Amino acid sequence: MGVQSKLFWRYFKRSRLGVGGVVIIMIIFLIAAFASFLAPYDPGKTDVSAKLKPPSSRNYLGTDQLGRDIFSRMLHGSRVSLSVGFVAVAISIFIGILVGAVAGYYSGWIDSLLMRFVDIMLCFPSFFLILTVVALLGPSIFNIMVVIGITSWMGTSRFVRAEFLSLRERDFTQAARALGVKDRRIILRHILPNALAPVFVTATLKVASAILLEAGLSFLGFGVQPPAPSWGNILTEGRTYIFDAWWLTVFPGLAILVTVLSFNLVGEGLRDALDPRLRGRR
Amino acid sequence: MASFVLRRLFQLFITLVGISIISWVIITQAPGSPIALTLDPKVSPKIIEQMMKNYDLDKPIYQQYALWLKKLFTGKLYSFKDGRPVMEKIGERIWNTLFLNAVATLIIFSLAIPLGVFSARRQYSFLDNLGTFGAYLGISIPSFWLAYLLILATVKLFGYPVLGMRSFVTEDFTTMEIVMDRLWHLMLPSIILAIGGIAGLSRYTRSSMLEVVRQDYIRTAKAKGLPEETVFYKHALRNALLPIITIFGFLIPDLIGGSIIMESVFAWPGIGRLSYQAVLARDYPVVMTILTISAVLTLIGNFVADILYAVVDPRIRYG
Repeated sequence: MGVQSKLFWRYFKRSRLGVGGVVIIMIIFLIAAFASFLAPYDPGKTDVSAKLKPPSSRNYLGTDQLGRDIFSRMLHGSRVSLSVGFVAVAISIFIGILVGAVAGYYSGWIDSLLMRFVDIMLCFPSFFLILTVVALLGPSIFNIMVVIGITSWMGTSRFVRAEFLSLRERDFTQAARALGVKDRRIILRHILPNALAPVFVTATLKVASAILLEAGLSFLGFGVQPPAPSWGNILTEGRTYIFDAWWLTVFPGLAILVTVLSFNLVGEGLRDALDPRLRGRR
Repeated sequence: MASFVLRRLFQLFITLVGISIISWVIITQAPGSPIALTLDPKVSPKIIEQMMKNYDLDKPIYQQYALWLKKLFTGKLYSFKDGRPVMEKIGERIWNTLFLNAVATLIIFSLAIPLGVFSARRQYSFLDNLGTFGAYLGISIPSFWLAYLLILATVKLFGYPVLGMRSFVTEDFTTMEIVMDRLWHLMLPSIILAIGGIAGLSRYTRSSMLEVVRQDYIRTAKAKGLPEETVFYKHALRNALLPIITIFGFLIPDLIGGSIIMESVFAWPGIGRLSYQAVLARDYPVVMTILTISAVLTLIGNFVADILYAVVDPRIRYG
């Protein structure tokens, strides 16, 4: 693995956008981790005498209709976005790998059945489905994570299945089987580590879309509920004041944009580094 | 060819059944659904009894499913919210949504493909990198945010209302002015709906072109002495466009889902907005029906895309 990872870094470093994305993500991570220290005000503290104030040296990003400091709320909101992103994708990848590995390794009727199930799930309009289930279960950050996770595993399972189908025929698998290694061990310790490359790419890109989904859900009122701050619901609350208080709209959206963009850049950088087919005449 | 179509039709049918079952299971068996209400001790027994009779909740599960299917097909499913038949409510609005989505799709295809081809032609040039970065921006931008920014800008610049499908005082307008008014209202939502699609499709076209250009038959064409343009636009492009047909099938569910947010922001009277209001009001018949219909539309879209692909690429038919 040593030579492979060195090569991988060489290719990844070539993509300046990808590296930039990693830097931004690390910054956002730090912000989320240290939000309580970095925030000048308590994000929930209302002060109606200071409501709807534009950005100033006292409130870097202005205040909302209840006088809460937007800057502090946004810092805390980053926690919501990042945690939803990572947990939802973790769930999604877990299910995807499970389904894909079983379908790819055992083939036959299990494969057909599972892939039929995947096809069915793929037909549902994902956003509407998520909205419906979250509405049914009640809007909470945990529900959002789980629902996003169980509606987005299909792509991963296809990739994993494809990798398993090909890796199954390779010599090392035959050798392991001939030695009498049990199926589960072969799957987990022999084939899976080699099948993971495309999963990293999709995982990163999925974090980006999970963050967008959470923002959209919060915007429609089905995400994190106020007063807990989330970038999406700061936007919603700012909807009524859009013409008078532009800072309630511009800043949360900008934050979402930058975060999602950096995850997408990293994902694409990973894809370029791992996929040899598209390299040009660099 | 015929056997291919028949096979796909059969798979389609099975998937359809699966879709209806899963839709029904999700809505009726999840907590918060009507069934859960019958278990709520605060609700009086008489109301529960009435509800059970009205909504067939007293029958065994598979019968409930069958009855629901029957009601769905005969148009007898009634909305919880205002008692009107669900099909009627959907029928009023579906054309608005389809129209908006059709316009958005048109914009997507007419802009994204040329952009992608151009990017591929000059790979790694400044314009290509700019286009690539723009594409990344396009897929990262939250649509509702962009929508509000553009609304803010348009209203401040032009002072003309942008919400809804038409303005309120259109009775005195001439036909030309009515058409222009509709077009104006159509512009913003369809453009914003299209942006994500343009970004994605242009990237996809670009990579498809890049892959095709490295093939042996392109080399042969160049070796034969054909001019660069012919090789690129005639031979490479046609082959690169093939996978894009499959994208067509996947665009539909994305647009319907994206419609929900756009229709809510722009107060566009379509099924996106209907479904959002239905979810808010816990109007289960409407939600279930829209879910199933969307899934079916997607399925049909994929099916058509598969058939088209088989028509265009003979290798698929016999593979």
